[in-house]
Amino acid sequence: MPKLNILLVDNDPGRSAIVKQALEDAGHNVIAKLNDDANLSKNVLALQPDIIIIDMDAPGRDTLEQMREINRDQARPIILFSAPNDQRFMQEAIRAGVSAYMLDGLNQTQIMPIVEVAIARFREFQALRKELDDTKSKLADRKIIEKAKGLIMARKGLDEDGAYQLLRKNAMSQNKRLIDMARILVSVEDLLG
Amino acid sequence: MSGSPKNLTPFANNLLNNTLGTASAKHLYVYSQTFYTVMSPTNNLPEKVSLNLGFIPLTDCAPLVIAKEKGFFHAEGLSVNLSRESSWANIRDKVAAGVLDGGHMLAPMPIAASLNLDGLNTPMLTALSLGLGGNAITVSRALHQQLLALDAQVADPYHSVQALKTLISQQQRAGLPPLTFAHVFPFSCHNYLLRYWLASAGIDPDKDVRLVVIPPPLMVSALASGQIDGFCVGEPWNSQAIAQGIGAAVTSTVDIWHNSPEKVLGVTCAWAEQYPNTHQALLRALLKSAQWLELSEHRAEACAILTAEEYVPVAIQDLRVFERGEFQYSTDRPALQVPDFNVFYRYAATFPWVSHAEWLISQMQRWGHIPSSINAQEVAAKVYRPDLYRQAAQALQLPSPLIDRKNEGSHNNAWLATSDSVDIAMGRDCFFDQVNVEPRYTDA
Repeated sequence: MPKLNILLVDNDPGRSAIVKQALEDAGHNVIAKLNDDANLSKNVLALQPDIIIIDMDAPGRDTLEQMREINRDQARPIILFSAPNDQRFMQEAIRAGVSAYMLDGLNQTQIMPIVEVAIARFREFQALRKELDDTKSKLADRKIIEKAKGLIMARKGLDEDGAYQLLRKNAMSQNKRLIDMARILVSVEDLLG
Repeated sequence: MSGSPKNLTPFANNLLNNTLGTASAKHLYVYSQTFYTVMSPTNNLPEKVSLNLGFIPLTDCAPLVIAKEKGFFHAEGLSVNLSRESSWANIRDKVAAGVLDGGHMLAPMPIAASLNLDGLNTPMLTALSLGLGGNAITVSRALHQQLLALDAQVADPYHSVQALKTLISQQQRAGLPPLTFAHVFPFSCHNYLLRYWLASAGIDPDKDVRLVVIPPPLMVSALASGQIDGFCVGEPWNSQAIAQGIGAAVTSTVDIWHNSPEKVLGVTCAWAEQYPNTHQALLRALLKSAQWLELSEHRAEACAILTAEEYVPVAIQDLRVFERGEFQYSTDRPALQVPDFNVFYRYAATFPWVSHAEWLISQMQRWGHIPSSINAQEVAAKVYRPDLYRQAAQALQLPSPLIDRKNEGSHNNAWLATSDSVDIAMGRDCFFDQVNVEPRYTDA
């Protein structure tokens, strides 16, 4: 695993010291240890950590939620310290995905495996999101091409296949992608039509 | 062209179908199960009596607190532990995982969960709204002074946002950094009403200002430290910032959208299906609690209960708008009567209007938070469940509206909703930019 830059947010000094040690022993870099989350969004932007480990009871969790929604490309895995009485919950949550939960009272050797699982799950989710975004943009492209074909059919009295061939021929002769050609056609039609 | 592309993993397919609004077989199955409700007159005892419900310290957690402290849960055979949580994300995760049976949620949260925007793959629903309104937009003293210099009537949504637009244009010309406004969660009414208000004057909430999320109890200190220039939050945090001279309110959110939705009781669809009688008992207890809270003679007692250490530990005067319906926009102006600031029962405030969910989904689409291809009506009808509400109201012989949707924004005046018994007196539900706004302070 490449060296990770980690941000720790925890007001329990004993716990965060153990985690920091475990992370550093595994060759990672704890770039900052914050005692509270008063300026969390500013710190995350300034420090650009690869991963954030935060106390589950820190209200700043909602700030991280927002950052995840806004900066999809810059989203990063989040690991939460959780109280022992929520053990059952943690196991469920780990199974559910996105965030991982780290129990209080873990010994050092148990910490890195959790970090690794969290990162693996996070990458999986990001890949799914990307797949989804790509698919959505493909669907949108398809709609524009359909619209351009419709315009050609109406103007030139061609059938669907004829319209598609004409669009394709023009795209090739102008050294453009089919979708870009379709986009030009649709925007010209919007302007003049 | 087929609805979903090939070569996706089953999970991606689910995510895609869910997001694009064409429910997959699996989700249809889940949803169809939730429409099935056990109605057995001889056996309607709660399947589960010991419950954990989460809440965030805000005035509008009152229906939960009062139901516990005045014995409404107990009367329904429920033993409820109220767990104060430090973030909305915690409530969502704990409800999804079953550590909490349900909770005080922002109205868009069960919608976001059902669209799997959180990645937890746990659809949620609501059968009861915990009230209407309750938020305000408060800015720092410094920003308030600048706005007042532009328009002395700043205290209603129209005058405030016009002055803000002028100020932002001036600051942009001078090359100053954008103002920072905070709200409480990406999927919150605060976020969408703040955006609606800004956009009404041509302020782009994604470009002309910076929007950040700060948990409600930390809002006042963030405003005091200059980390943010303003916020949209529920009470008592506006009143506290104002009383401490840190900020001044520029509008309440009920002035932006009259009697707008705010918090709901959120549970997972699976939980509602597994414990239908418990859910009904919970709804009945909360309906009684909302009715109790509605009476102004109960508000002083409610304040004393609410400000206890384990609930919302603030000075009792910070709850003045809740206690007396009086809101003081800034310390140098007199308090004004804003009787609809927090509405708990009247105007069918507890009813889960499907049209509320539809509006919220339309705003999620407007700001690109979800694809425009999502079918708002379909999603709203799965998440908001007036059928379950009516069942609980009927058991208490309380009236319920006959319709699931109202024409949001179309009621400029009080109106009557037809119910299964007596008609229900409703409040207006118009938006500020669609009606003539009267300045809050006419003497200014």
